[in-house]
Amino acid sequence: MSLNVKEFKKNAYRITKDRGVTALRVRVPGGHLEAKYLTILQEIAETYGDGNLHITTRQGFEITGIPMTMVEEVNKKVAPLIEGMEAGIGVDIGNPEDGYPAAGTRNVSACIGNKVCRYAKYNTTKLAQRIEKNIFPNDYHVKIAVSGCQNDCIKAHMQDFGVLGMDLPVYDAYRCISCGACVKNCQKRATGALEFKNYKVVRDEDKCIGCGECIAKCPTNAWTRDASKKYYKLLIMGRTGKRNPRLAMPFLEWVTEDAIIDIINKTYDYVDEYIDRSLPKEHVGYIVDRTGFQVFKDYVLDGVELNPECRVAEHIDWPGYKTNVSNNFKKVGK
Amino acid sequence: MSYRVKRSEFDDILSKLQEDYKIYAPTRKKDKGTFSDTDLVLYDRVSSLEEIDFNSKTKYSPKEVVFPITQTLFYFNGDEYIEAEDKGEKVLVFLRPCEVNAFKRLDKIFLENGPQEDIYYKRLREKVKFVVMECTEGFDSCFCVSMGTNETEDYSIFIKVSDEEVFCEIKDEKLTEVFADQESTDYTPEFIQENKQQVEVPALEDITTDLFDSEIWKEYSKRCIGCGRCNTVCPTCSCWTMQDISYQDNENIGERRRVWAGCHIDGYTEMAGGHDFRTTYGDRMRFKTLHKIYDFRKRFDIDMCVGCGRCEDVCPQYISFVGAIKKLNQAIKEEKNNG
Repeated sequence: MSLNVKEFKKNAYRITKDRGVTALRVRVPGGHLEAKYLTILQEIAETYGDGNLHITTRQGFEITGIPMTMVEEVNKKVAPLIEGMEAGIGVDIGNPEDGYPAAGTRNVSACIGNKVCRYAKYNTTKLAQRIEKNIFPNDYHVKIAVSGCQNDCIKAHMQDFGVLGMDLPVYDAYRCISCGACVKNCQKRATGALEFKNYKVVRDEDKCIGCGECIAKCPTNAWTRDASKKYYKLLIMGRTGKRNPRLAMPFLEWVTEDAIIDIINKTYDYVDEYIDRSLPKEHVGYIVDRTGFQVFKDYVLDGVELNPECRVAEHIDWPGYKTNVSNNFKKVGK
Repeated sequence: MSYRVKRSEFDDILSKLQEDYKIYAPTRKKDKGTFSDTDLVLYDRVSSLEEIDFNSKTKYSPKEVVFPITQTLFYFNGDEYIEAEDKGEKVLVFLRPCEVNAFKRLDKIFLENGPQEDIYYKRLREKVKFVVMECTEGFDSCFCVSMGTNETEDYSIFIKVSDEEVFCEIKDEKLTEVFADQESTDYTPEFIQENKQQVEVPALEDITTDLFDSEIWKEYSKRCIGCGRCNTVCPTCSCWTMQDISYQDNENIGERRRVWAGCHIDGYTEMAGGHDFRTTYGDRMRFKTLHKIYDFRKRFDIDMCVGCGRCEDVCPQYISFVGAIKKLNQAIKEEKNNG
């Protein structure tokens, strides 16, 4: 059969090991969907696929075992999901009956967030949808995940951009009863940023990571969060892969949502300028490796308004390991 | 005498009252709750009807008005001391009947418990007048009817707010002047007569020292985490500790404060030398439960607990005080059967 593979893959279909058989990746921005869409997924899987769904690591669904000849029909069937979950949140999707317009920029995943979780600092689904609206559809390979707090249940540390919620604690000494719940907890479970002075608590701003545990533990609400705005930590350029798997590192702390959106948008311009076009695709992290962090930083922060509380990384030395350095290993067989 | 006031005119009345009184009422602090994007409802200064949240139970009780969380008692300088200034401002508190009854309990502890009145309490308490908010529906965790605290006659103003109007019964003659221009009406206060949950408090004679070692308390050793929220939200918990704050370079100069304490919190029973006589959380639960519904009644003829249900509302481990009383009743029944 004849198939324009590049166009086919952009339509979110996979070239599988079985010739003539494909699989469709369905995006679920923010990993949250109305249960009604499951009926449609079931119908497509049972009518056109092999009756199975695979739940992807990025919180989407992959409908497997679809004959390539059925793709046009499947696109029509999946249209309500694209309309509801993409066009419905403001993504410029084109004609939903044509299927997904791009696949390079991956589904923005999110932990359950403060719709449900006590630790989360914000509505992660809404932020994921806002990011999706800004970056999709796009062919550049960028992975983003947002987590409600620094427990990072969504593994934002494994992404090109990881967003973690922060709390800026505000202390009312009058309300404090010196019970020690915050101080003990911060010592044992966070960073030891709190200590008693004259029976009241002093917060070391340099040590505080904004996890908000003091607010959660306080039995008198002596600790509350600065409610004038939401604060975030932005991690950058984590990845898996064959060359240099590594965790993302903090780029900005106590930054606002608007600034994060601006920076992510500018990163697409940066990729456009510096990508190695001799390769079929290049992940943004490798581009940053090539240009250096400073070039990336200057590019994406240019013209971005940062709030006064925001702290910016001077340098980033990513950890992780180089897969081509393996002298630690000894072969078992002779 | 009762009056009906248009909502739009009520702020004028509040302004007039504020010439003589600081007004405290339940008020909603947006996004200041423990969890993100949740509000904190608590007592604070208000100056308009709009700021008063008539429909929510506050997380904390109004006891702060007479029993501040942190209160400087005096300043010391070598051999001299200066008592902390009493600002002398009169106070009006908007509150519910159970909370007026909670003030009665605080009065017992601070003014009638032993030969000395607590002057720091007394000088604040003397200046407080009550504006009781009609409460006929209650909330899920309330059990005021069981505790006999659903009604009160001790108020200056009784108030009921509807969409258009505010109905007020004025008992305090000093306040009638403010309402002089308003239309009189035949409004009479109503009180809640049935809560969603009920509990029967055991008779004094049924509580014996045999219950001290009852198995029921052991469950709380496993469930309670000793956070003290039940103490801090309670309208009748009145324990405090002393804190002397002094200059780092001269410890003879400084101030003495009293600060809330709670029997569930570590350190409450810790004595010099490290002896600590209620180390398990079950022991603390027993102490609190029996203080609220036994010891206090033995001394003052009324139960300390007013059935507001706040301890149940805030417990992160879903421990219910009504549940504890019910377990105690069961233990008494078993004790009787065995005995």
